[in-house]
Order: sequence, then structure tokens, then C-alpha cells
Amino acid sequence: MINIVIVGVGGQGTLLTSKLLGDIGLNIGYDVRVSEVHGMSQRGGSVITYVRLSNDLPLYSSLVEYSEADIVLAFESLEALRALPYLKKGGKMIVNSQEILPMPVIVGAAEYPKNIIENLHERADVKAINATEITSECGTAKAANVVLLGVLSKLLPFSYGEWIDAIKNNVKPQFVDINIDAFNRGMEF
Amino acid sequence: MKKLMLGNEAIARGAYEAGVRVSSAYPGTPSTEINENIACYEDIYSEWAPNEKVAVEVALGAAISGVRAMACMKHVGLNVAADPVFTASYTGINGGLVIIVADDPGMHSSQNEQDTRMIAKAAHIPCLDPSNSQECKDFMKIAYEISEKYDTPCLLRLTTRIAHARTVVELGERVELDAKPYVKNPKKYISMPANMIARHIEVEKREIALANDASSMAINKVEMRDKKLGVITSGAAYNYVREALPNASILKLGLVYPLPKDLIFDFASQVEELVIIEDMEPFFEETIKSWGIECSGKEKTGVLGELFARKIAKGFGNKEVEELSLEQLPSRPPVLCPGCPHRPLYYVMNKLKLTVCSDIGCYTLGALPPLSSVDTCICMGASIGMAHGFEKALGREQAKKTVAVLGDSTFSHSGMTGLLNMVYNNSTGTVIIADNSITGMTGHQHNPSSGYDIHGLPAPQVDFEQLCKALGVKDIHVVDPFDIKLMEKTLREATSKDELSVIISKSPCALIIKQTEKPYQCDTDVCKQCYMCMRIGCPAIQKVENGVRVDETLCFGCGLCANVCPFGALKNT
Ligand SMILES: Cc1ncc(C[n+]2csc(CCOP(=O)(O)OP(=O)(O)O)c2C)c(N)n1
Repeated sequence: MINIVIVGVGGQGTLLTSKLLGDIGLNIGYDVRVSEVHGMSQRGGSVITYVRLSNDLPLYSSLVEYSEADIVLAFESLEALRALPYLKKGGKMIVNSQEILPMPVIVGAAEYPKNIIENLHERADVKAINATEITSECGTAKAANVVLLGVLSKLLPFSYGEWIDAIKNNVKPQFVDINIDAFNRGMEF
Repeated sequence: MKKLMLGNEAIARGAYEAGVRVSSAYPGTPSTEINENIACYEDIYSEWAPNEKVAVEVALGAAISGVRAMACMKHVGLNVAADPVFTASYTGINGGLVIIVADDPGMHSSQNEQDTRMIAKAAHIPCLDPSNSQECKDFMKIAYEISEKYDTPCLLRLTTRIAHARTVVELGERVELDAKPYVKNPKKYISMPANMIARHIEVEKREIALANDASSMAINKVEMRDKKLGVITSGAAYNYVREALPNASILKLGLVYPLPKDLIFDFASQVEELVIIEDMEPFFEETIKSWGIECSGKEKTGVLGELFARKIAKGFGNKEVEELSLEQLPSRPPVLCPGCPHRPLYYVMNKLKLTVCSDIGCYTLGALPPLSSVDTCICMGASIGMAHGFEKALGREQAKKTVAVLGDSTFSHSGMTGLLNMVYNNSTGTVIIADNSITGMTGHQHNPSSGYDIHGLPAPQVDFEQLCKALGVKDIHVVDPFDIKLMEKTLREATSKDELSVIISKSPCALIIKQTEKPYQCDTDVCKQCYMCMRIGCPAIQKVENGVRVDETLCFGCGLCANVCPFGALKNT
């Protein structure tokens, strides 16, 4: 059984990522639970989605709760820090080191925490990359989440072909090549 | 074939397979994707109605005419639709009628935590509660069987974690059903007192029959494990109970109203301790206790927020659930998008220090800093009535600065009658329709002011100016909110006039139009660090040492920042 928590900022593509993981799971015969967030928080708020995959134990809940995540995939630094309690002992975190300021910080009511990545490194097994920078090289900053999937692929028992099929099935035809390029770059980490 | 489906998608699939012919709905999280998915099935007529009451009436008409029909909504939508629902319970149906209602324990995207099961009981109609997407699909078919067998509308209640979770579903075929003949039957379908006195007897009989049959319905399932602890549960709560208390015996209710009394007595007699685990209200618990059965329930989980496995484990004294000390981090509330036409409107209202009776939609986000210009938000359409109430209570002079603000979808939903009331009762207030020509908050569904139907095909577009005129409003202005000078002038005049005014603040949602302007940049040589541009609350603008930085990947090029900058430091040329 694998529990994955995906966090980010509304609009960053956590929904697409979780659906893609769920599709691969289904295709290779795993039982799957994916819990999504629609509605209000998608307007630039904190977003969290859960993916559970199992080929042994039965799954019931679609949530991953505190200290239960094998993997936390974070699209933004502050959201990574917020999601740390979900990580179980020995779990792994993959972070896009990008920083997006929330409105309370923009208006000066709160301060964006300093040195988040160093802080995370001290407390967990963390792989941090600047996926946004990498994807600008691929031609679209929108593919940052797929770079992270490339990194994630090293931790999951799916074959390269299964990943590529899922990408093809979940992104618009004109963006398939860019996304596969982004995925390959993520795999190099 | 197997497919990973959202609960909402599976509801739509279940409707398709059950031979449903007509579906009408008004969007609302977490129910919206049901009708969006129904629209993909050519065999089902689907539409967005302007509100939930209309949706239920359309579905009821279709059902009485003889076909299987449905309406979908979020929990508070059922309040709007309650009137037809309560009497449809008396008239009964002809073709099956299922009303799907999505509750939102935890209030992820809602204004309250109301529990639809209570309304099922109040209206004397059956209610089903699925635990995963497969059950969503299967329960739809069962709901139609119950509806037709017992001649009643049937509720199917979802919660957020079922509606918005993807689990595996086995697809089936559609059954094509012939429409049942429609036979005129005034005694049944005309809700005059004499007729309904007789129908009420039928309602009572039906409810007793259903309650009796419930004990042998396959969707009410006993799972016997360790008999020390027995749990009665349903829906999402069942999943959490399975994870938190894997050895407990369970009575899983698929039909949550009316309750299977014999089955519950039988289950209770077989276990040493009986606990009821349910999201929201102690609905099962109170009934079961009223029968004299000893049990506990809400003292273990409380009534606030949604259930999850840890909460249940903790309620049962599981010490392994460690307390985590969470650090205080800056919150990240939702914000108006870059380029949103609601932003300039709220910027001006904030500047004029108006008292704003706002409403429900993206524009409610104008409540948050730095715009901070909302005083009230209650339910769809309330803005207009409340602003009128302020005026009638305080008198014209003191209420001069009170305005009502509501979106185009909200105005069509339930604003028109409030405005008619203002006309009729001599209001001198100001109503602002924040018209972005789409139902924004719930994810861009079409509505009567968007000019398109549910399939994206051209449809008649309501002309708000003509509509307000027809209602009797004389002072009507259509203003582009990005013209903040004109908006300010119009608002000043409207709020000082002794006459009812409507301002239609018209500009399309930034997420549905193509960006035409280049991103703005701050010229730090010109910038005097007055930070006026920070007052518009644009997520693309950040303060830096010698001015501001505009994030070019976020900036929509709307130019509002340049418009409020006194020094011309923000440019996109
Ligand atoms: C009775 C009821 N039905 C549905 C909803 C869900 N809902 C909240 S906001 C909204 C859309 C509002 O659209 P509009 O008024 O056009 O404003 P926009 O979000 O586009 O700014 C809906 C449908 C609700 N809160 N209450």
C-alpha cells in the first residue's frame, strides 16, 4: 500500500497529478482512492489531494491522515512545510522549491518563513528541486508538476511506459511532447 | 469495463444506466460535476436551471409525465427547493424521481454544515447514503426502484469525500425504459387541501411500509466480526470506521431514512457495546436511543467538522494516535484571480467606505484583506433583501452608504424577487450586479446571462438592463469596473440619490477570456514606494525594497495597478 499526499496552490495542477497517478494504479490492477478538492480553495488557496494505491491491503478511506504518507509531493515551499505532519517516519518528500507568497504575506500581515528547504532537510528525507526553472527550459512553466512526477517515478513501482501512457491520456495532444520532456528531466534527479 | 470515477461522475453513470431521461440542476460544490457529466450522455436531456427550486420542479414535471428524472444540488440548494420537495412527497411520482444532494461536512466550500438526512425525515421521503463511487452508481439504480415501488421522490445524499473521491467503478449497460403513460389524476397531482388530506394518509402508510422493508434491504448490511463492539454507520463514516476499528462488527446503512428498526434491534442484541458513528448530526443516534436501545455516539466524535479515521480512533481512546504540535504558518486563503473584474469594483467600494451587503460567489472574496469591503454574506440572493432591511430600519439618511452586491448567476438565482420588492416598497437603495457573465465560483457553468447552454451551444442571453427596467427600476447604469473613475462617480451619485439605482458592473471573468495585454512591470526609477498598488490585493504584485515586483507568469495585464498608481510607475509597454 502506498499513501501519497499532493499539496500546492490552487491552479497549480494538483488535480491533474492525482488523477494521473490514480489512472496508472488502475491500469496495473491496483485498488485506488483519490481524494480531490474542488471549489473555493482552487482560487489560489492551499490545496491538498490524496492518492492511495494498494495491491495488498483493502482500501476504504480516501484520505491520507497525519503520519500516514509514504510520500509528500509539494508544488510549493510553504505548502511543503504545512504538509510535513502528513509524512510518516521514514517517508519521503519531493518539493518544488518555488515560493508563492500568500495574500497575508503580500499585505504584510504575516511573514513568509525563511529557509524552508533547509528546515525541511533537517526534519525529513527531502528532495528539493526548482522545477519551475527546469520547465521554463522545456518551454512552459505549466509543466512543473510533471517534472516532479519524473522525480516521483523513482519511488513508485510503475514502468516508464506506464507513466508515458498516463501522461498521454491526461494532457492535451499538443502538450504531450513538452510534458514527456519535462518528465524525462525530472527522472534525471 | 472498470474506470476510476469521481463519486459525482459515478452518479451520472448510474443515472445513465438507470435510463434517466431528464436532469436539471443548479451548480454548487460538491455536487456540480454530476450534471456536468450527465451532459456528456446524449440519451439524457440536461440543463442548468437558474436555481434549485426550478430544477426540482422541472424534474418533478418530467417524472409525473412518466419518465425517470433527477435534480442535483448542494445541501443549501435543498433549502431553496424545499417547497416543491415537501409537497412532491404527498403527490408522489409516476416515473422515478431522484434528488441528489451533496452535503459538505467540514465546510470545505460552504456556509454551513446542514445534514440532509434531517430534511428527508421532515419531508417523509427516503434517503440513501453511498460510501464510494461504485455505490454511487449502484445506489442510483436502487433509488429509482424505491422511488417507483413506493411512489415517492427519493433523496440520494452525498458528502464531499464521496462526491470528490475517485474509486474504481464497474460500468454496465443502459436500460431503455418506455415512458409510463401519463394519466390525468387530480386527486393525486393537485395539492388542494381536500386531495392532500387523503394523500397524507398514503404518505404515512408508505413510510411505515418502507421502514418495515428496510430491514431486509440488501443495502443495509451487517458485517459480523468481534462482537465486543458493534458500530452503526453509513456513507463516508463507514470507510473511516473500517480503518480505525478493523475488528468491530458493523451495521452499514445504505438507506439512512427511514431506519430499519428490526435490523437495528437485532444487531444491537448481538454486540456487547453499541456505538453510532455518523457525520454531522446525531441523526441515527437520537432515533435509536428513542427506541430504548443503549448506545453512545457523538460523545466520541463530536458534531463539528468532518469525521476521519484518527478522530474516531481517538474517540475510542487509542493512545497510538500521537498528538502533533502543528507550527503556526501563514495561511493561504483563496483570492480573487489576477485580472478579476470584481477587484476594481471592491477597490472603489472600499475607497468610498460603503456598507456592503454582499452575496455568495467569487466576489465574496472581496471580504478578505486588503479589500476588506464586505459587511454581510448569508445565502444566495440575501444581499438585496438585507440592504433593503438596513434602509427600512435605519432610514434613508443613515442607510445611504449601504449597497447590495451580487453576481449575475446569483441575481438570476434569487435576486429578481428581492429587487422587485425594493421597487414595490419604495426603496432608494443601490444594487450592484457584478456581472462577469458566468457562474464563476463553482467552476464556470453557463447560466442565463452567459449566452450559452450546458453544452456550450448558443442560448438566449438575458439583458439585465431591460430586465431591471421591466421590474420598475428607473436609474440603471452599465459600467465597466476597470474604469474606476466612472465606477466611483456612478456609485457616489447612486448612493446619494433618493431613488433606487441598479449598477451593472459588467466585465467578463478573467478565466474565460484570452489575455490580450502584456504583463505590467514596475519602473523602480519612477516608483515612489507609496504602495497604493498593494491596496488592490493582486496576487501578482509583491513588495520589494525599491518598489514592487509584478510576477509576469501571474499578471493578466488588466492594468488596475497602473490605474491606481499616482506616479505612472507601472507600465506594460
Ligand atoms: C443555494 C445555493 N446554491 C448554490 C450555491 C453554490 N454557489 C456558491 S457561489 C455560486 C456561483 C455564483 O455565481 P455568480 O453569482 O455569477 O458569481 P461569480 O462567482 O461568477 O462571481 C454558486 C452556484 C450556494 N452557495 N447556495
